[in-house]
Amino acid sequence: MDATRITAPANSTPPKSAALSPGSQRRARARRRNTLIPFLLPALSIFTGLVLVPIGLGLYTSLFKWNGFGGLPTNFVGLDNFVRLFGDEIFLGDLRRGLVLVLLSLVVQLPVALGLALLLNQPLRFRGIYRLIFFAPYVLSEVITGVLFTMVLSPTGGLVNQIFDVFGIAGQTWLSDPSRVLVTMFFVVSWKYFGFHMILYLAGRQDIPPELTEAAMMDGASTWQIFRNITLPLLGPTIRISVFLSTIGAIQLFDMVWVLTGGGPIHASETMAVTLFQYGFRRYEVGYASAISVTMFMISLVFALLYQRFVLRRDTEGAVTRTGDIR
Amino acid sequence: MNAPSTGPRLSPARALPLHVICIVVGLSIVVPVLFGVLGGFKDNGQLTTNPFGLPSPWVTENYTDILGSMGFWLPLGNSILIALASTLLVVLASAMAAFVFARYAFRGRELLFTLFTVGLMFPFAVAILPLYILLRELGLLDNPLGVILPQVAFGLPVTIIILRGFFRTIPPDVEEAATLDGCTPFSFFWRILLPMARPALATVSVLAVVASWNNFMLPLVVFNDPSWWTLPLGVNQFRGQYAADTARILAYVVVSMVPALALYILAERQLVSGLTAGATKG
Repeated sequence: MDATRITAPANSTPPKSAALSPGSQRRARARRRNTLIPFLLPALSIFTGLVLVPIGLGLYTSLFKWNGFGGLPTNFVGLDNFVRLFGDEIFLGDLRRGLVLVLLSLVVQLPVALGLALLLNQPLRFRGIYRLIFFAPYVLSEVITGVLFTMVLSPTGGLVNQIFDVFGIAGQTWLSDPSRVLVTMFFVVSWKYFGFHMILYLAGRQDIPPELTEAAMMDGASTWQIFRNITLPLLGPTIRISVFLSTIGAIQLFDMVWVLTGGGPIHASETMAVTLFQYGFRRYEVGYASAISVTMFMISLVFALLYQRFVLRRDTEGAVTRTGDIR
Repeated sequence: MNAPSTGPRLSPARALPLHVICIVVGLSIVVPVLFGVLGGFKDNGQLTTNPFGLPSPWVTENYTDILGSMGFWLPLGNSILIALASTLLVVLASAMAAFVFARYAFRGRELLFTLFTVGLMFPFAVAILPLYILLRELGLLDNPLGVILPQVAFGLPVTIIILRGFFRTIPPDVEEAATLDGCTPFSFFWRILLPMARPALATVSVLAVVASWNNFMLPLVVFNDPSWWTLPLGVNQFRGQYAADTARILAYVVVSMVPALALYILAERQLVSGLTAGATKG
């Protein structure tokens, strides 16, 4: 590692100390290297050992038929696990359900979050309290949220059915009806996470200079025109990031499903992460479960790269990226 | 975050529909929680006959039983221990790395930094299985380090990114002056940079505490031994154990919410700035 001390913003080229002899330059470099390595070592070794090595290990074990016990696997099966995976109705169903969750999020959760963010940006009394309440579910764990909602949605004596009862509507089985469970779960997930997206939009909205909207208002633009032509385009980067996070969240959704339904009934609410967990930790088909891991990894990777390449590329640093604005 | 747009308050006629929307959304959040809080004060008979009203009589034993048993305090203690240790380690290791990334140029720096940022994009679930095998081979199952160290590893990317951004804003003159006064890089980092970065450190610490506090999948596979269970595992287990006793489960859920909500009230500011910074810089 060639270490050179710099003074100006971190991207500028390091100044060459021409006055120094080559020997003293080399010594200075060695000294800097001795400074840098101890600073980087803890983070680098933990990250390598517990993020990169497991990912590599997962790739390796996905090529074996293995129950997960006793050292490393020996029964090499090549890509058989992957071939099996793409004929596995449960896994293909996971992909479909994941897509449904992402689409529901795009058309329901994110627009609601955006609307509420814009609403809370108005000079409205109590908006601080509203914001505090809307965002609060985010700090509750998915497990707590899930257990609470199994009670709220319980067919016998659950809150939702009791409310329906007051209005004379027949109670429903929210979590045990295969045709309804996925949508129900989506609403519980949104209950927890819409506040997070709202907070992102609120931060993005507040970065739009008020002069822009004021000038447009003076020119007689309607509220809709201001939204369509100023707010929405300038919120673009924030929206694109929120869509990205929401998608990655749907790909890895586990805790909520595990607690609410365990993936059932008959896999109707199962996600990739749940399928992975079932095969890996319940049925001890570790090789096959690793293939699911690798596939999830590839889906995330391809999605992240494509998204970076085609969607986020437009957002140059500084659009929403406020360097160092942490108070 | 910038100051929210100010100016004259909306006229009552324009504000009213907005309040109505906010109150409806607010109720949809508060009512389920209130259902839990009040439900915990009822017995199961009352839950079916009197779902909305105040409990009558108020049954306190659901709460007192839980608060009087180790079934709550032990997981709470474990959650606190694991959250504090994970946070301390991830913030320290990240601050050291971020210091180098922010203030030194060296060959391969951007590559190395990109490696960390790429970590931000991957769902934790993809690593759980090989991670479990690795921890088993290292003898870290049923050991708090088996949860703490992976949490540190997966917390590094966002912490490094946020801290690097902050460290870059500290003028180089500060470091030059310190160096002239005989500061080594380490003493500059420890005695000047870290104290100056206190707000950013608070932000990333809150993020790390929340992530650790809510983690379920990792402790679920690492801890077989109930004496190490964290709060989410405790809640899930309690629900299974008292499946028919809805009121008691509600009381346990409510009691388990309290620490998280208390942290939220105290540190909402840090949480919000951390999440927005983490999202926009990632």
